[in-house]
Amino acid sequence: MKKTSWIVLICILALSAALAGCGKAKESSTSSGDSKATGGTLIYGRGADSTALDPAITTEGESFIVTEQIFETLVNYKKDNTEIEAGLADTWDVSEDGLTYTFHLREGIKFHDDTDFNAEAVVKNFQRWAQSKNEAKFAYYASMFGGFEGDEGHVIKEVKAQDEHTVVFTLNRPQAPFLKNLAMSMFAIASPTALEKSGDAFTKHPVGTGPFVFKSWKPGDMIEVVKNENYWQDGLPKLDGVKFKVIKDNSARLNSLIKGEIDLMDGLNPSDLGQVEGDSKLQVFERPSMNVGYLGFNTEKAPFDKKEVRQAISHLINKEELIKSFYEGTAEPAKNPMPPSISGYNDDIVDYDFNVDKAKELLKAAGLENGFEMDLWAMPVARPYMPEGQKVAVAIQAALKEVNITANIVTFDWGTYIEKVQAGEAPVYMLGWTGDNGDADNFIYTLLDKDNIGSNNYSRYSNDELHDILIQAQSNPNEAERIDLYKRAQEIIHEEAPWVPIAHSKPLLAGIKEIKEFTPHPTGTQSFIDVTVGE
Amino acid sequence: MFSFTVRRLGALIPVLLGMAFIVFMMVRAIPGNPAQLILGQQASKEAVAALTKELGLDQPWYMQFFGYLGGLFSGDLGVSLKTSTPIAEEVWPYLAATIELAIIAMIIAVVIGVNAGIISAWFQNSWFDYIAMIIALIGVSMPIFWLGLMEQYIVAIQWDLLPTTGRDNIRDPVEAITNLYLLDTLLQGRFDQFFEVIRHLILPSIALATIPMAIIARMTRSSMLEVMRSDFIRTARAKGMRMFWVVYKHSFKNALIPVVTVIGLQTGLLLGGAILTETIFGWPGIGTYIYDAINYRDYPVVQSGILVIAFIFVIINLCVDLLYAAIDPRIKYK
Repeated sequence: MKKTSWIVLICILALSAALAGCGKAKESSTSSGDSKATGGTLIYGRGADSTALDPAITTEGESFIVTEQIFETLVNYKKDNTEIEAGLADTWDVSEDGLTYTFHLREGIKFHDDTDFNAEAVVKNFQRWAQSKNEAKFAYYASMFGGFEGDEGHVIKEVKAQDEHTVVFTLNRPQAPFLKNLAMSMFAIASPTALEKSGDAFTKHPVGTGPFVFKSWKPGDMIEVVKNENYWQDGLPKLDGVKFKVIKDNSARLNSLIKGEIDLMDGLNPSDLGQVEGDSKLQVFERPSMNVGYLGFNTEKAPFDKKEVRQAISHLINKEELIKSFYEGTAEPAKNPMPPSISGYNDDIVDYDFNVDKAKELLKAAGLENGFEMDLWAMPVARPYMPEGQKVAVAIQAALKEVNITANIVTFDWGTYIEKVQAGEAPVYMLGWTGDNGDADNFIYTLLDKDNIGSNNYSRYSNDELHDILIQAQSNPNEAERIDLYKRAQEIIHEEAPWVPIAHSKPLLAGIKEIKEFTPHPTGTQSFIDVTVGE
Repeated sequence: MFSFTVRRLGALIPVLLGMAFIVFMMVRAIPGNPAQLILGQQASKEAVAALTKELGLDQPWYMQFFGYLGGLFSGDLGVSLKTSTPIAEEVWPYLAATIELAIIAMIIAVVIGVNAGIISAWFQNSWFDYIAMIIALIGVSMPIFWLGLMEQYIVAIQWDLLPTTGRDNIRDPVEAITNLYLLDTLLQGRFDQFFEVIRHLILPSIALATIPMAIIARMTRSSMLEVMRSDFIRTARAKGMRMFWVVYKHSFKNALIPVVTVIGLQTGLLLGGAILTETIFGWPGIGTYIYDAINYRDYPVVQSGILVIAFIFVIINLCVDLLYAAIDPRIKYK
């Protein structure tokens, strides 16, 4: 390289160093100017990009957090729990037998592309899913509604437009959590015109009725949505727009928040909690738990086919201590297979206390007072419900040593781990679950009913009494009766101890003090419709 | 020279084929079914089976491999399993982000590294030499992760001088044309954004430049020391030439070959090896693109992404070879 070019390069560097100073003042003045003149734009920092903006074809939260702004569902979850309130449907009637749901849609709503929202649009969306038979694409539809049109287990018999603003759903069999299913992000109503026009590209050009309109997507970097000026609710949304910015590393994201480059972030490290609480410009948000992390027993494998052995181990797990050490205190001890935010949670259950003597007695009753050797499968990845799987396994290993149980820790990569646990290869394993629709059925039936052995009932736990209760609860549209049934189910599960429920973790978010009206929803996604940022 | 270039380009084909094969097999050696990972823990067995079939993963590996090769020859890099988008379409923004970062980092590494090496050799065993080489040693062994977070914490937060993450001001994002933001902002005449992009580049490029800078400095120094002991240098000094010209003109030009080699290799490494820097600085580059794909078992993205980097790597090395002839007239390619 010639000397002159060196000089040019040095000059560029010197110039950029000089710019470091002068650009700064401008940045802060423009940003504050922005937020004062208008409703402000919220910048939401997160750890990964969305995979698809068509809510129907995805299953992951980073996509739903965006689609929740662009699309709306027939019914909504309430702001801070999973009870149901009106959405695109203003009111609805349910027939006595729970087989017919009639939705009265709001009038005068338009999709972002000016297509009218009406009964026909709803029908077309449901036809798109039910008639696709595409298990790979619409996996979530199949799992929530028992398959596709024509399948034996399919819940929805027919979706019909009675008139312009009335839709009638006829079911093959009653499904108690039906409304809660409809409120899930993936069953949002998309513009039929846009679906037809864009085809597979719809996922990059999403069109819904929601408070924000899709603007741009820079892959791996940022997604931007802007205010829907023609939104059907007066005065909403309050923000001018939301930008979803990817900053992978949790600490780097926090640095960016402290610096004021972003306004709100998810995935706050529990260890950084103190720093945020000590910063007068920041606030912490705690998302109510909708998950459970647990230690499961394969109830088909000796000696875990004996109730006493499972109960004995339940007495050996010090949940408070595990939460203090490995969840940094941001979780609550679990005593049931579902978190307290779910209606039907049985708070009267008295958890197995941490008691080595009782454990010894129970093992003696099972004829195993001299202990035994077993494999303990440890989760290889961090999940909100189990942030430090390997370390928790070591702690459990040490606890079991007290009663002469030798636990050998076994692990695989995540995909293989799930496959093998599902196949019943693990005698004792660690896993967890994050709820889909906020219904007790989605925890207890999905995870512990005999119907789901080979699928999500990894403990291969089979109990006919429990099965009867769960099936009754599934088809009973009376909420109070369902709650009683689920309370009874939790009593059985507590006594039988197919799992040791460990913790319900509460994910942390942090944001600037100026954020108002932001309520993290247990499902993990929420609309920013009434959030404000700035004065 | 021309025929040499053509021959070298021809030799690229077996190299890339071998590369494609190795990556193809390695990706499949990672346990875990992509369909399961895409659909998540909640997925039913039927859904996983259906997706496996749709992705063609139920076919024998050689069918998959030849299908992939066939696509490559017609310029098709495959479709991402995760986003269902053609890779050729989605890879460029990521690649551009990394190229921009790598170029700036390399400029910093070369300017500082080469000069530090030259001066160290010039004043061998002086305090400058010692300090520069100690810093270089630290630089080589510096954990980028730590350095990046420290830069953010001290320069961006404590001193409030530079932004912490990203490529542009999130509140006033750059409109992408070529995805090389320095170029895009100039094309649009947005000089305010141009400077903003430079300010965003400084911290990550310094973090990324640290290791190559140290390696280049050490290589330059040792190469220079060797040359400065030669007879022609003594002659140059004996005839009364100014030391500056002796060092920068006569010695440096002769010491350049190994230095250029190292610079070429390091540039190639930066393209694929920027993952840590990209992660810390929220930089949407090719490193994170491939890294995410590995976690997701997004086979086509891993394969094609690595292939693209390998291709650039080989091209850079070809350029280095050609540069030899330009630097040293004694080297001729036939």
